[in-house]
Amino acid sequence: MIGYLGVDVGSVSTNLVVIDEKTNVVSYIYRRTMGEPIRAVQEGLRELKELLPSKIDIEGAGTTGSARYLSGVIVGADVIKNEITAHAVAASHFVPDVQTVLEIGGQDSKIIILREGVVVDFAMNTVCAAGTGSFLDHQAARIGIPIEEFGAYALRSEAPAQIAGRCTVFAESDMIHKQQMGYHTEDIIYGLCQSLVRNYLNNIAKGKELLSPIVFQGGVAANLGIKKAFEEVLETETIIPKHYSVMGAIGASLLAKEKMREKAKSSFKGFSTSDIEFKTSSFYCKGCSNNCEIVKIEVEEEVLACWGGRCGKWEVEQTGTTPVS
Amino acid sequence: MKITFPHMGTLDIVLSDLFSRLDVDFVVPPKTTTKTVNLGVKHAPEFACFPLKVTIGNLIEGLEAGADTIIMVGGTGPCRFGFYAEVQNKILHDIGYDFEMIVLEPPMTDIKDFIKKCKKIAPKKSLIQIFHAVRVGWKKAVAIDEVERETLKTRAFERNFDDTTVARKKALTVLEQAVTSLEIREAREEALSLINKVEKDHTRRALKIGIVGEFYVLLEPYINFDIEKYLGQKAIYLERPVYLTDWISPSKNNPVMGINSDEIKKAAKPYLSHFVGGEGQATVGHVVKFAEEGFDGIIQLLPFTCMPEIIAKSILPRVYKDLDIPVLTLVIDEQTGRAGIVTRLEAFMDLLWNRRKKKLSVVS
Repeated sequence: MIGYLGVDVGSVSTNLVVIDEKTNVVSYIYRRTMGEPIRAVQEGLRELKELLPSKIDIEGAGTTGSARYLSGVIVGADVIKNEITAHAVAASHFVPDVQTVLEIGGQDSKIIILREGVVVDFAMNTVCAAGTGSFLDHQAARIGIPIEEFGAYALRSEAPAQIAGRCTVFAESDMIHKQQMGYHTEDIIYGLCQSLVRNYLNNIAKGKELLSPIVFQGGVAANLGIKKAFEEVLETETIIPKHYSVMGAIGASLLAKEKMREKAKSSFKGFSTSDIEFKTSSFYCKGCSNNCEIVKIEVEEEVLACWGGRCGKWEVEQTGTTPVS
Repeated sequence: MKITFPHMGTLDIVLSDLFSRLDVDFVVPPKTTTKTVNLGVKHAPEFACFPLKVTIGNLIEGLEAGADTIIMVGGTGPCRFGFYAEVQNKILHDIGYDFEMIVLEPPMTDIKDFIKKCKKIAPKKSLIQIFHAVRVGWKKAVAIDEVERETLKTRAFERNFDDTTVARKKALTVLEQAVTSLEIREAREEALSLINKVEKDHTRRALKIGIVGEFYVLLEPYINFDIEKYLGQKAIYLERPVYLTDWISPSKNNPVMGINSDEIKKAAKPYLSHFVGGEGQATVGHVVKFAEEGFDGIIQLLPFTCMPEIIAKSILPRVYKDLDIPVLTLVIDEQTGRAGIVTRLEAFMDLLWNRRKKKLSVVS
């Protein structure tokens, strides 16, 4: 059996997916990055191998997410792609006529506008993480309910509380005040969902035409409260794909499969790469007054990759940047 | 008297040249680095826009290097820039530096004051001599901007990686050394031919992107992640409507890009019909112009909280809708991590390539 691996290492979660020749998802792993992308990828690979049928050949690998270059070096990626393109590819694979993708992840949220299968516009939150998964995580922990039950609580709300959504700091103090006044937890939680959706639509989706079909994906799509709040405002249904939490990784695997049509042999290093010790270190380059902070990744004294410099003198050839086509 | 000034792109070359002509003692602050930024962030108000922070860092480093006089320019309109000099003056005195600040306001607002300050800067020269020095120095400044413009156009096609960047550096050195009008003319020829001689791959397909926005973040490569070099090396043909001389030019005619501000105002008119401070209106006008010229896309740069550019940003979706030109807005602040910027640029390039492929398939 032939498989294609997709790896998406984001700020909060690390996802690995293997699809087969017919682009069906064979197995996937969703785990926390915990600030250690290398370990997350290696342990993810180990867990994934357990899940996969024993006779599978990985004939292509792709990486995406904010640690795409780092994870690309570790797994030996054939294609390294930004997460916006990867998410768009995955969404239009499952819903071919999709026109809007709402994606809310751990630390960023994005909107992708497609027309006739082509991305025509996108936006990502720039300076503010309000309304992203990590904020919801934080609030769930503060209120003391598991994040998995956040959505169920929200759906039970009958009179949602008004929560300021402009900034997480304002939102949090609003929530605390309302709690102290005796509002129901359910109402506060749904109020929070509504304010996050408002913030998202006013900030990221500003000035964009949100036509259906609308696909809602990313880790936060698990939260039914957010889905409901979106549907109320947009006055239309949103589609949550079956594998909503690993769409980036699916996109990367689809791109890897695509790439292997023109490439003879995959650069995938095999599952044993999870047993290699990758060492990262950083230093300030003294070459000029820029004082760039250079990050180095090594395996047994051999430098695999270097980045962080402005002039390119440390960069080792990086694969998968935008093709000159 | 020993003068210093903040950095902004190639401004240090232009001012060094001018001050040498005027026989004025000056010191160029060290190039902007992380240290500069940290100094600025430490002493500037938290909510101030990023260029203020960086320039405060520059000025501190200039004063530390022995300067006792600072030259800044003022400005008009609602942009906070007009108040930079006052704020810098106060902050730097508060932290204990002893210096004098000379603020050159636009000559149109008060010509007498302008002349008085010019004389103060160059006490050894007569007004005629100052005028002459500015006139000759100006030629050099324009030539430098022409080198910059050609660099942007060439880099996308360079056959050997980094050739254009090396050629640009050589070209600027050639220009730096020229003194008389004749020498500047010859140096300009040589500098431009250095860029033209970069071996090109004419079969390479390149995207055409216009890069617009607030002038400081456009002109200062340290601040904008050297975005022009990054994109150029990814086969992006770039045009930038704002060069140093366009910005300081007292005349209406734009000597480098050949577009004058009336044209830009006219282009912006259907969307924004009046001045909103800074380059807000110009940004909208430039986007319209680029769209008409058939560019693939636009990148807008702005410092976080920049009011004029935020006005432009909120108008640009309408321009996109009418003229079908995608715009990517990047907000620049203290971050040094490139990942966020690179992700957006990569996605934007994917988007533009796909649009182009689709357009081609419709034609054929």
